[in-house]
Order: sequence, then structure tokens, then C-alpha cells
Amino acid sequence: MSTIIELFSYDFFVNAFLASLLAAISCGIVGTYIVSRRIVFISGGITHASFGGIGMGYYLGINPLVGAGIFSILSGMGIQLFSSKGKVREDSSIAIWWSLGMAIGIIFVYLTPGYAPNLMSYLFGSILTVSTGEIWLMLALAIIIILFFTLFYRTILYIAFDEDFAKTSDLPVGLFNYLLMILISLTIVLNIRVVGIILILSLLTIPQATANLFTRDFGRMMFYSVGFAFLASFIGLLVSYFADIPSGATIIFTQVIIFGLVKMFKVVSLSSTI
Amino acid sequence: MKKLLEIKDLSAGYENQVVLENVSLDIFSNDFIGVIGPNGGGKTTLIKTILGLIKPISGELNLLINKKNIGYLPQVNQIDKRFPITVFDVVRSGKADTALFSSFHRNRQEKEKAESLLHEMGISQLRNKSIGELSGGQMQRVFLCRALMNEPELLVLDEPSTYVDNNFEGELYLKLKELNDRMAILLISHDVGTISFFVKTIACVNRNLHHHPSNVISEEQLASYNCPLQIITHGNIPHTVLKLHDEHYEHNH
Repeated sequence: MSTIIELFSYDFFVNAFLASLLAAISCGIVGTYIVSRRIVFISGGITHASFGGIGMGYYLGINPLVGAGIFSILSGMGIQLFSSKGKVREDSSIAIWWSLGMAIGIIFVYLTPGYAPNLMSYLFGSILTVSTGEIWLMLALAIIIILFFTLFYRTILYIAFDEDFAKTSDLPVGLFNYLLMILISLTIVLNIRVVGIILILSLLTIPQATANLFTRDFGRMMFYSVGFAFLASFIGLLVSYFADIPSGATIIFTQVIIFGLVKMFKVVSLSSTI
Repeated sequence: MKKLLEIKDLSAGYENQVVLENVSLDIFSNDFIGVIGPNGGGKTTLIKTILGLIKPISGELNLLINKKNIGYLPQVNQIDKRFPITVFDVVRSGKADTALFSSFHRNRQEKEKAESLLHEMGISQLRNKSIGELSGGQMQRVFLCRALMNEPELLVLDEPSTYVDNNFEGELYLKLKELNDRMAILLISHDVGTISFFVKTIACVNRNLHHHPSNVISEEQLASYNCPLQIITHGNIPHTVLKLHDEHYEHNH
């Protein structure tokens, strides 16, 4: 225990701890929306498309996360535009943006002279190297998400549950769809540093699946998801530090184990009551 | 008798595909119209146009009441049954004008209204269940509560009897008959035989619309309306309905 407390005297560990807390807040809340609305695949498309921006960032010598932000928002809008106006099937539209983004990223990284530093950390995450500047950005996002989902809780819930009905009640459905798409994109981009492009989908879905074992209420599911996401991120962070294994992968692994344990406990306790 | 809605020479449909052509229909405050017609004939397109979910291609649609005063019960298969939402929240979503900035609203009245509707439908005990735990009949009751949250002047129902047991079907139509004292009702159904006991008039929709001025309709008339439907024999109608509606039953024979 004292070694854990000792760890908090290191700046990099405090940053990693804060990153796991802030990631849990943004991913727990936004992920509940994603899972409830069944747009996990769209989120996967946005995530992978953002790699194009990371490559572009390397090539142009700007912060790769800025490029990733631009690419993820554009691909989010692009997916919606393609499938609503361009008459492309939605899943095909997602696949097009998904692979286009990856392809652009690979070409840019290849064209960038010399070695692309930290490329692996964008793909697989590296919570121990999150900078203080990134922590501030994650904090800002967490606050925006909490405010947005608190102020507009019922509007978001009603639109997500039954879009047509929400339209008949004159709720601003189109506006909210776009705003939420932007929030999803930002959540993905700012959490790339924590678990990486390849693994981020798990932060948006596994805590929610665990939460769903306890509740079928949208609001509670958000709270529980944040809790489970934080638990898994913190345990994963410690295990990866002491065992010296990659943090992103360890966090995901911890999440799945927590889900498995809870599920098993539920099944056992259910069968013993019958 | 107040006119709620005027439809004149309306054509509507989806991209490059006209589903309804030159449809005209007036709806008055005491109407109870059963909308029948073959699958793909345009029944759902008609109500989606009325609700403003589909823009008309041509013609006129004049809503003489506030759009918020239309209650809507969609087809149950349009609903994601695994969505994490409680019965109480589904019912409250019927009054969505208080949804924006909901955290700042005093919504005691809204909650009381939702409670009283749940009580009226006899499903108060389901209040905190998630919708995924409900049977088909229970779910329809919940969606009927939602449609009634705004005290609608016009209630629009799209196939409310799918996936429900016969008992509930009879109960539902009786309830609608009662509600008809307060509001106009537009009811889509594939089952001409059953609804004809309850509705006042029948609208046959198959690309065109023929508003038949009574609730008694023969297969020959249906054919002449270009609405070739089989009238299901009365033997298929649940007993509860038969018993409760002997006078209609005799009237029809």
C-alpha cells in the first residue's frame, strides 16, 4: 500500500491517475449514449479515421491530436452525410471512412522524413506519458460533457430512445445528433493517449456492458459506467506499472476481467436464489 | 364539431417513389377513423405525413391544431426494446416540451400526470421496470400513456394490436372508444373485422384514399375502393369482444 502512495509523489503517475479518472468520466457518459443508441460501429469508424489526422500531424509537424480531432469530427459528419444524403448504406459508409482515414494516416507517416516518434503510443495508448497540457484538455472535456448531459438529460434520452417521436414533439433532433457526434469525436480523440486508437472502443463499451448488468436506466448506467471505467483504469494502471506491461492493453484486460467476474457472480447468485 | 386537420390532393412518399397520390381527408374532433389497406398501401406514410415526419410531395396539409396536440403511438417494432429506459421515463417523454433544460424545470405536474395515466391503464406497478421487461400488451399500454401525456386533440395509432394478446386487444379498443369522447382518433389496423366494431368510419388506403362514411363495409365495397382486403370472419374475434359488443355483433348480421 505504501508503495502505491509513494507513486503519487511522481508527477507522471499523478498525471496518469488523473487521466484514468477523466477518461472514465468522458468515456463512461458518452459510451452509455453510444451503446444505448447502438452506434458502436460508427464510433469505431470515427476512431480509426482519426489515424489519418495523426499521420497528417506528423507530416505537417503539428500536434497529431489536433489532426486527429479534425479527422474524427469530419468523418463523423461524413458518415452521417453519406448515409443520409448520399444514399450509401450506413455500414458501408462507416467502412469507407474507417479505411480511408487509416490509409491517409499510413501514407502520411510513410512520407514523413525520419522516424515517427510515439507512433505506437497513439495506436496502443500510453497513459504514463500523458502530459499536463493533455490533462487540462481532458478536464475541460469532462466538464463540458457533464454540463451537457446534465442540462439536456431528458432531451438526449428522448431523442436516443425514439427519434421519430422526439421529432413529433418538436425537439431539435438534428442539432442534437450533430452536437453529440462532435462530443463523441472529441471524447475519442482526447482518450487516444490513454488506451490508443486500436483499443479505445473498449472504454466506450465494456464498462457500459458491466453497468448494464446492474441497471436498465439510462442515467444510472452512466454513473455505474464511470465507476467501472475508473476502477478498471486505475487497477490496470497499477498492474501495468508493477508488471511492466503495456498500460492500454492492461486496462482493457482488467475491464474484461471485471465484466467476467460480475457476470459470473450474477449468474451464481441468481441460480442460488431459485 | 371542430375541424382538426385538412388534407387536400396530397401526394407523399419516399425518394422517387410516390406512395400516396391525390389523397384528401378531413378530420373532425369527434372522429374515430379506422385506416385499413394492404401492406405497402401507404397507411404508415399517411400518418407520418400528418405527423410531419415526411414532407408532402404536392398538395395541401393544414393542421388546424398545435402539432404538440397530436398523440402518437408508433408501431412497436420501431422501438428498441433493449434501450435502457424505465417505463416512467417513457411515459414522461410524451411531454417533451419541458425536456430542454429539464434540470431547471419544476416538473411535479408532469410527474403527477404520468402517474395518473399509469394508474388509469392499470400499470402503476410497472413504473420502474425497464421497457425490455414488458409483455407486448404492457408495452402498448405504456406507449398509449406516452401518447396521452399532452392531452392530445388527435390520437394517432399505428397497428397497436400487433404482438398483443386477444384480451388486451379488446380492452384497448374499448379504452379508445372511451377516449374518443375527448379526442379524435385515427387508428391503423390490418384487421378490418375487429376494428369495425369500434370505429365510426373507415378509410381505405391503397395509394388513394376512400373515406367510407360508416363502420360497416362489405368486401364488394372494399374492392370498389381498390382496397382488396379479406374481411376476417367473426369467428376469429375474441369472445370478450363479442360479449361486450353484442349489439354491434347483431347489427352486423
